[in-house]
Amino acid sequence: MSASPARAPSVTYLDHGSTSPVRPEVADAMAPFATARFGNASGAHRMARDARRALEEARETVAGVLGSAPAEVVFTGGGTESDNLAVLGVLAAAVERGDRWPTVVCSAVEHAAVLEPCRAAAKGSARLAGVPAVVVREVGVDPDCVVDLDALEAALDPSVALVSVMLANNEVGTLQPLAEVVARVRRMAPGAAVHTDAVPAAPFVDLAAAAAGADLISVSAHKLGGPKGSGALVVREGTVVRPLLHGGGQERERRSGTHDVAGAVGLATALADAARTRLSESARVAALRDRLADGLLAAVDGVVESVDRRRVLPGHCHLRVTGVEQEELLVLLDDGGVCASAGAACASGALEPSHVLGAMGVGPADARSAVRFTLGHTTTGDDVDRALAVIPGAVARLRR
Amino acid sequence: MRVLVAMSGGVDSSVAAARLVAGGHEVVGATLKLWGGASDSGCCSVADVDDARRVAQQLGIAHHVFNLAEEFEASVVAPYVADHVAGRTPNPCIECNRHIKFDRLLERSGRLGFDALATGHHARVAPGPAGEGHRLRRGADAAKDQSYVLSMLGQSQLARLVLPVGAMTKAEVRAEAAALGLRTAAKPDSQDVCFIHSATGRAGFLAGRLALHPATVVDRRSGEAVGTVEGIELVTVGQRRGMGQAPDGSRRYVVAVDVSTRRVTVGGAAEALTREVALVPSSLTWVGAPLAEGTAAVAQVSAHGRPAPCVLGSGPSGPVVRFAEAQRPVAPGQTVALYDAGDPDDVVGAGIAA
Repeated sequence: MSASPARAPSVTYLDHGSTSPVRPEVADAMAPFATARFGNASGAHRMARDARRALEEARETVAGVLGSAPAEVVFTGGGTESDNLAVLGVLAAAVERGDRWPTVVCSAVEHAAVLEPCRAAAKGSARLAGVPAVVVREVGVDPDCVVDLDALEAALDPSVALVSVMLANNEVGTLQPLAEVVARVRRMAPGAAVHTDAVPAAPFVDLAAAAAGADLISVSAHKLGGPKGSGALVVREGTVVRPLLHGGGQERERRSGTHDVAGAVGLATALADAARTRLSESARVAALRDRLADGLLAAVDGVVESVDRRRVLPGHCHLRVTGVEQEELLVLLDDGGVCASAGAACASGALEPSHVLGAMGVGPADARSAVRFTLGHTTTGDDVDRALAVIPGAVARLRR
Repeated sequence: MRVLVAMSGGVDSSVAAARLVAGGHEVVGATLKLWGGASDSGCCSVADVDDARRVAQQLGIAHHVFNLAEEFEASVVAPYVADHVAGRTPNPCIECNRHIKFDRLLERSGRLGFDALATGHHARVAPGPAGEGHRLRRGADAAKDQSYVLSMLGQSQLARLVLPVGAMTKAEVRAEAAALGLRTAAKPDSQDVCFIHSATGRAGFLAGRLALHPATVVDRRSGEAVGTVEGIELVTVGQRRGMGQAPDGSRRYVVAVDVSTRRVTVGGAAEALTREVALVPSSLTWVGAPLAEGTAAVAQVSAHGRPAPCVLGSGPSGPVVRFAEAQRPVAPGQTVALYDAGDPDDVVGAGIAA
């Protein structure tokens, strides 16, 4: 936003896909752990026991929402760590079992937190994690970003140790046919573990049901009103992950490090809140998203929804705006107080060409006209009104 | 005035932004991401973006990072490689200014509602003759003058360009940055081409992008082959390095490079001199009115080269700059910047050596 206070507008936050505001209940639940309840959950005395109790209550809550047993929940430092632990942990375990060249199958539209550990392992950069070399097979998607099940099946064979397909895509919002993926994996690669990145799906999808067949599930607190730096990985009994972090052996040797009890409590509270209100919130947010999308389609020429709305998460509105550079549109939207995004940023903070749109067959020029609005638990009708007041004017200015 | 400041993460653009903020303008900073490959040579590395962003935070201004890597590859890097294949020696920083900074970025600043684009270049924009239009002048610090790399600009760009540090010396710039507590106050200036890694150099970069061909080195006078080079594409007219010595102990300089016959011609210091350089006709740009044929001017053929009195003439293929005194030859592809004979701080125009 411009430095001049006279021009500072109120914030219209439509970037829940990047992060979401912390729920008041979450902040309240976490507060004691920054003050009175400061114990280290791994100790023996009463302060430690108190912290441990809070941790285990959080664990049970998370397990319930994710449809797993408490022993299957590993608390991590966020979605990226959960994804890395799933990929490298499973592959390292496979290598330990004697599989010298394990194969990973993943969709081409996975989040970088899945793709990068796969690629690092393929390049031999993951040796320290116990993974000397892997084969990575990336499976394409259709123009709606749905994973190609036949191509996936063709990639399956007994050498496959891990299959990773996200529950929903974070960029365009498309829900993936995970149950079908699981069925085919069980048939064609019975030794493989199935991992699903449920990070973007978690606020809106019944994870216990949708991910029932998966062996590993990643979630991240800050995408559903929880704190940053806190996540979890469900590791089903019978699935082995070698740890990334070695040390005191916490989380049953799967993730060493003094427990972030506040973070775990924050994750649990956020997941529970989201689960409790899931049906009504999904409907409420979808209605707001529909009003935003329909409003933009009516007010602006040359706008296309990237994926049929019925196939995406309730909060996702991913559009392409013909003849407009996404970087420029985002600057003007920001000037108007509207926070949105467009794909992943690189280390420097600049937007990178979207690998998701590329996989969907969208050409580079069209991909540069893409913009993503993601609605969530704090989005209101006023947000949609303000967005509809700002966006068409911004587009018009850029097309002049 | 709403100004977009191009912030490279260096001290000059940091102080440029600071001066505009102090002047009461509405300032927004932007850093360009131009290159995603391996490079440690300043200008737009991740560390530089971080520095620019931090300075923007310290100044209380918004900061954006613009990814123009595709345009940069197409307009700067690919032509750089192609020029070497053709035996030319391009100046990619000038091409970046021509196509990216003062074209794409300048256009973008207009679309985003900015009145002007500012950079930290050591040069000055001044009112034109009789108050009409604009002039481009050397920076106040002669040792740091960057008018050479801006010499291709014309009236439409100068009308929207602000150069806040052009009237300052480098020492003054650093002192101001230090006084403001800016992170970049003591940061060394970036010296190299931003996409070339200092460890592997130009040779390493080009070896990864094109096939290098060996060539024979031939003595100009005797016509004899006196050696070979591994990559003719890496040889520059005027180059002394790697050419060895004549039997009498005198140094050899490259006089000509012929890629098609794979011949590098060398000569002694005296033979390697020239009185003129032809310019590519379509490359000629003028700050104001074009110079008439026969007009005296002052030519500068490298970023910090010694200005040489000359006359603009013409030859069989187009414009020719004729030097008053014999010079080292100008490699094809290099920019020849022309300054006013009566006021040699004033840039008149520029062209590319044919």
